[in-house]
Amino acid sequence: MFRNTYDSDNTVFSPQGRLHQVEYALEAVKQGSAAVGLRSKTHSILLALKRSTGELASYQQKMFRIDDHIGIAIAGLTSDARVLSNFMRQQAMSSKMVFNRPVPVNRLVSAIADKAQVNTQEYGRRPYGVGFLVIGQDQSGPHLYEFSPSGNSYEYYAMSIGARSQSAKTYLEKHYESFADCSLEDLIRHGLHALRETLQQDKDLTVNNTSIGIVGSASEHEKSVPPTGPFRILEGDKIDVFLKSMVPKEVAEPVAPPPADAPAAPGAGDEDVQMAE
Amino acid sequence: MPGLPQQRQFNPYSENGGTILAIAGADFSVIAGDTRQSEGYNIQTRYAPKVFRLTDRAVLAVNGFAADGNMFVKSVKQRLEWYRHAHAKDMPLRAIARLIQTMLYARRFFPYYVYNILGGIEEDGTGAVYSFDPVGSYEREACRAAGAAQSLVQPFLDNQIYFKNQLAAAGTSHPTHLPLPTVLSIVIDSFTSATERHIEVGDGLEMYVVLAKGRTLQGLEGIRGMQELTTTDDGERVFVVRRELKKD
Amino acid sequence: MDHFPTNWGRPRNDAHDAYGTYPIAERPYNGPKDSFSEGVQHTQQPIVTGTSVLAIKYKDGIMMAADNLASYGSLARFKDVQRLHTVGNHTVIGAGGDMSDFQYIQNILDELIIDEFTAQDGHSLGPAEIHEYLAQVLYARRSKMDPLWNSLLVGGFKDGKKFLAYVDLLGTTYSASTLATGYGAYIAQPLLRSAVENNEDTLTEEAARKIIEDSMRVLFYRDARSINKYQIATITAAGTSISESNHLETSWDFAEGIRGYGAQTQ
Repeated sequence: MFRNTYDSDNTVFSPQGRLHQVEYALEAVKQGSAAVGLRSKTHSILLALKRSTGELASYQQKMFRIDDHIGIAIAGLTSDARVLSNFMRQQAMSSKMVFNRPVPVNRLVSAIADKAQVNTQEYGRRPYGVGFLVIGQDQSGPHLYEFSPSGNSYEYYAMSIGARSQSAKTYLEKHYESFADCSLEDLIRHGLHALRETLQQDKDLTVNNTSIGIVGSASEHEKSVPPTGPFRILEGDKIDVFLKSMVPKEVAEPVAPPPADAPAAPGAGDEDVQMAE
Repeated sequence: MPGLPQQRQFNPYSENGGTILAIAGADFSVIAGDTRQSEGYNIQTRYAPKVFRLTDRAVLAVNGFAADGNMFVKSVKQRLEWYRHAHAKDMPLRAIARLIQTMLYARRFFPYYVYNILGGIEEDGTGAVYSFDPVGSYEREACRAAGAAQSLVQPFLDNQIYFKNQLAAAGTSHPTHLPLPTVLSIVIDSFTSATERHIEVGDGLEMYVVLAKGRTLQGLEGIRGMQELTTTDDGERVFVVRRELKKD
Repeated sequence: MDHFPTNWGRPRNDAHDAYGTYPIAERPYNGPKDSFSEGVQHTQQPIVTGTSVLAIKYKDGIMMAADNLASYGSLARFKDVQRLHTVGNHTVIGAGGDMSDFQYIQNILDELIIDEFTAQDGHSLGPAEIHEYLAQVLYARRSKMDPLWNSLLVGGFKDGKKFLAYVDLLGTTYSASTLATGYGAYIAQPLLRSAVENNEDTLTEEAARKIIEDSMRVLFYRDARSINKYQIATITAAGTSISESNHLETSWDFAEGIRGYGAQTQ
């Protein structure tokens, strides 16, 4: 049953000083489809790959609006994400009610990180099985944060989470220096290129399986966005123009070996979460 | 009464004057209020808004005890935000009306001391006005005035909107709905008159105009001091028109 | 005693956490209850009181003034009380009404500012946020029928913008370019309005000081709960400052010439 003596209770350290349940939670994030986030001087954006369980099913929801100035993309357990996003919405509203101030993005991210940390320390709990990319704008400009179930949160120029996100990360690391001065259109194109890297060989980004989240002023392809540039999610036909702007992948490109953290097919997924004892 | 202990009780309410009114047209709605806030004979400020945009098709006017009013509007706005989170669209007007009744009645035994008038566009595209008492009784009407000068303005509206005590000329009948320019004139006249005759009314006038989906500006273009507040391109449109009122 | 075993040891506060998961330290209180809590009296009236506070907008920001007296009924009880209080780097509040309630408010605001400072993330509370917070606190207390018996002015300057607003024990709020609480609303407000309205962006500090001083003098002449010792606060782009106590120059010569009160009619 247990693969390990120290992994049934997340409040007990292994002799190596590790909390195995927390590490398994991080694996849950990697099971979710990928999400990518990028930031320029004027915008923060999210891109996510939506999965569908089949031809007859709808696509999952990968992005949530938290407030006018904050949105998230998720990877992992959607139900856990709904609990956390509900909490974030409450915090955002409470800030509006008490101070008439949009909650500063970093404070909100810290609040959910603190919440997640509690679950790594207290008896009878389990860590959240979901990771977020959080974008937002406040007095100090646009931001991008990653939140993970371990209770960590960091700010990034660009980041990716979820299945095969290492491939996207490789793309982002190669190009991130140019992001700061990018136009919104260019930033989205970079994001789509990065997201494309997480696809399996025979798959493509389509208007059905891609979500784009934006904070910052409107793109030339967007209609009826208020001048404050609140968070909005673009899906369906609205993203067609952005998908068309992508540079086609070179066909001759040698097939890269699957990245180390890519989960294998479901069922065999246990292999890459084997813990050393 | 001798022999009985005397008790002083803290009074949690106040009255801050001012007047609001709303008129529904066939495919528009006008919601207006003055901007004076007073207590007794003191003018506290000459600009304290009493009319608030809730969504692109709903505008709420609140009159009575200002602290309750502001808190109530804030709460309604937060409930509407939760609705947006859950349904990814704005709450329909008639649903907002019922929400307001529920929220008011929830405080039946410590009421929000405010008279609400909700105006906007229904889902069927008609202009609508809902009026409430402080504990939530409400009805849909064509027009309503409330607040300090209600007793001055409402009879005027009855006469001008419902044509009470007017006989139509032979062979004609009274119109069921008035055009927008006529309604705006009636609103402005209502407030200039109330300003003349009531000490708690004056300083400034804010008129919100909500237009049904697809309705042209017809009759609105060139109106002095108009500002659009709409957030989408393809739905109802909201405008605010500001005017000065006498400050004495 | 909480009779629902499922609640035992569970954090649960629907008010801010429908899922009962945050913060972990907040546990239901199962300890002994104060059997006399029903008998606790709420504030029915102010005891030691301050009188008017005045504030105006001027070219560089906000100027606010209040005298140094705290009265016990008609007794001039404390004659060196400061009724202006700095909150953070951009805000000053001035209080009339019950002085012990005001000291309590100073305390919670100080704690609030310390919490905000401790975050060390570049965000700070400006006058608008502090005013909203005070309005929420005072409105919540009036709704519990346990008011904080004060009239407060909040003045500030942040991000190039002046802010001046009022909040009182009922939670009533408003904003204007001149504000006055208490007796000042009757006596000083007309003087302030005629001097300041439409001159908010041109009025010099010197002129503003004169207007404030003249108004404080009229108040001292007419308000029996005032004293001729007061402080002035300025809030500008440079920050906040509260002056040392000033003495009002007054002249009572005119009293010699007054005839017609009581027995002294000749």
